[in-house]
Amino acid sequence: MKAMELTDLGPLFEALHGAGRTVVGPTVRDGAIVLAELSSADDLPHGWGVELEPGGYRLRRRSDRAAFAHSAGPQSWKPFLHRPRVKLWEADRTGDGFQIATDSPDPPRYAFLGVRPCDLRAIAIQDRVLMGGRHTDPSYAGRREGALIIAVNCTEPGETCFCVSMGTGPQAGPGYDIALTELLDDGDPRYIAEIGTEAGAAVLADLDAAAARPADVDRARAEVTAAAGRMGREMPAPDLRDLMAGSLGSARWDDVAQRCLTCGNCTMVCPTCFCTRVTDTTDLTGDHAERWQLWDSCFDPDYSLLHGGAVRSSAKSRYRQWLTHKLGTWHDQFGSSGCVGCGRCIVWCPVGIDITAEVDALQAEADSP
Amino acid sequence: MTPMTPVPYRVAARRADLADTVTLTLEPVAEPIAEPAPGQFTMMYAFGVGEVPISVSRTGPVLEQTVRSVGAVTRAVCATAPGRILGLRGPFGTGWELDAAKGRDLVLAAGGIGLAPLRPLVLAALADRDAYGRIAVLIGTRTPDDLLFAAELDEWRARGAQVEVTVDRPAPGWSGHVGLITGLVGAADIEPALAAAFVCGPEIMMRVTAQALIGRGLPAAHVRLSMERNMRCGLGWCGHCQLGPLLICRDGPVLPYERVLPLMTVREL
Ligand SMILES: Cc1cc2nc3c(=O)[nH]c(=O)nc-3n(C[C@H](O)[C@H](O)[C@H](O)COP(=O)(O)OP(=O)(O)OC[C@H]3O[C@@H](n4cnc5c(N)ncnc54)[C@H](O)[C@@H]3O)c2cc1C
Ligand code: SF4
Ligand code: SF4
Ligand code: FES
Repeated sequence: MKAMELTDLGPLFEALHGAGRTVVGPTVRDGAIVLAELSSADDLPHGWGVELEPGGYRLRRRSDRAAFAHSAGPQSWKPFLHRPRVKLWEADRTGDGFQIATDSPDPPRYAFLGVRPCDLRAIAIQDRVLMGGRHTDPSYAGRREGALIIAVNCTEPGETCFCVSMGTGPQAGPGYDIALTELLDDGDPRYIAEIGTEAGAAVLADLDAAAARPADVDRARAEVTAAAGRMGREMPAPDLRDLMAGSLGSARWDDVAQRCLTCGNCTMVCPTCFCTRVTDTTDLTGDHAERWQLWDSCFDPDYSLLHGGAVRSSAKSRYRQWLTHKLGTWHDQFGSSGCVGCGRCIVWCPVGIDITAEVDALQAEADSP
Repeated sequence: MTPMTPVPYRVAARRADLADTVTLTLEPVAEPIAEPAPGQFTMMYAFGVGEVPISVSRTGPVLEQTVRSVGAVTRAVCATAPGRILGLRGPFGTGWELDAAKGRDLVLAAGGIGLAPLRPLVLAALADRDAYGRIAVLIGTRTPDDLLFAAELDEWRARGAQVEVTVDRPAPGWSGHVGLITGLVGAADIEPALAAAFVCGPEIMMRVTAQALIGRGLPAAHVRLSMERNMRCGLGWCGHCQLGPLLICRDGPVLPYERVLPLMTVREL
């Protein structure tokens, strides 16, 4: 497909806003690169990079004006599509029962700008869970179907990234409307834009951008290929079903349980974790009820309540549930890994538990005679 | 109307089966949910209190659900008076798949409230009596006073089922079996190699019962269990009902014994 060159993202913002879309992308806020509504290309984190380590995240100044040379921040796109709190319906008491009203507000029409390949795959994984089975989550589906995805191929992987070994990056896979690659000349960015869908083509057609030079397209490819060689971390394979199923009795779970605080941060920052709880409430009169769907975490002891107690009461069993689900049983349940290698759970774990190190330890135990 | 919206059902009749257990007959106020298969469950909503997974205890033209009061929601559901409205979503999950046992002897083994999900299976087998060989219903309860559907058991016997009951703690006047339900397995008048088993009760009861049946020569491949996990949606979205590779609301609750055995034996899975 023909690629275009964008020397400046200003016109892209104008086209997206002109089409009535809310542009969401990376921006610097409170010492981190977060995802938020952007009003112009000036809001992008030009010249900012990040330093990542287990349990640590720091912004750093770059010597150039790159806008996308930073890896995954504390949020993913998850809160925009699979919202942390959704009111499912409300109901009022009637003579013999109740009357339910479901209001379905028009979903926002987002343009997600700067979706990294790992996060692009994470969206596809949540699509499978929330709209690919027998029942479709209408709140998720409405937001998802209204979203235009502008991916950014990754030229700057972080210290905690391992998309290559999960098969999710650094080149964006299917699912984007437009994919950008950022090229820097004397520190100033320009972009090679590739079209993924007709909706993406329509946006680019409005920009009156020039076709990209073949040499630039080759250079963009080469920079992404080079990034694949600079991954900070690695997993043994994308499919760790056998290792996980064979490690349920490992002593390593006791070891990690000594460190894990069961805070659930990892599940909140993970772009694929989808668990929710449903709570039914009433107002003080008792005549008006609401049902809410809230993000939940398998680290919460109440998550597995049954017969007066939790099925998974120990920290060890809850950590094991998180890791074996993510890397193993997710394949059985939804046909892929539940991990895309974004590294967020490593960075945002307060005690710096590193899932690649935990897997290495389980693998070493499995390999030892 | 979304998959999370309860469908209003009126309580047409309420029968107190036991001190803590009630059977409700439910009629749709307007549109019904799809007809549940024996073994399937609904999410029952009590206004303002909450929603819980409950199996159907009769299905077909009449829908019944049998609920044991153990907490806030089940207490509210059990207390719902005739004429009042509850919400139902579903039906969800796998059924017992009685058809796959055509021509075989049937053993149905229940522990406590586990008899409720097996009742529509008994009724379906008795309604198509000639399609099956001998039918044995084995029931374990704590005391004679905890025997569910006691008034119906003679009717099941009259229609050609063997019904055996054992209690953990006998009361004065009890002349029946005493002890674990495994003690009844030997009394089931069936040809084990040609039988199929359906088991519902606490996990440990299901395990030992399945083992005893298999010990008598019943093929493990013909044993099905109904599993229970915390459930918040019934739709495969909330994650709570996971048991290893399974989502119990989607892949279960009724599952082949051979599929769940390796999962049941891992502590805190
Ligand atoms: C597929 C399925 C079918 C079921 N069928 C029946 C049935 O036919 N009849 C019946 O009486 N019960 C049935 N149950 C159990 C019933 O759902 C629980 O007793 C009920 O959820 C408890 O809710 P509560 O609000 O009344 O109690 P809570 O106040 O929530 O808790 C009371 C006790 O029940 C436990 N509990 C909480 N949630 C669940 C849950 N989802 N499942 C099991 N225990 C839970 C708690 O740990 C606590 O000890 C079934 C459960 C499942 C998963
Ligand atoms: S498990 Fe960790 S590395 Fe994998 S997708 Fe989730 S947050 Fe990212
Ligand atoms: S692994 Fe880390 S982030 Fe996850 S629950 Fe344990 S302490 Fe919290
Ligand atoms: S009950 Fe929610 S996923 Fe099964």
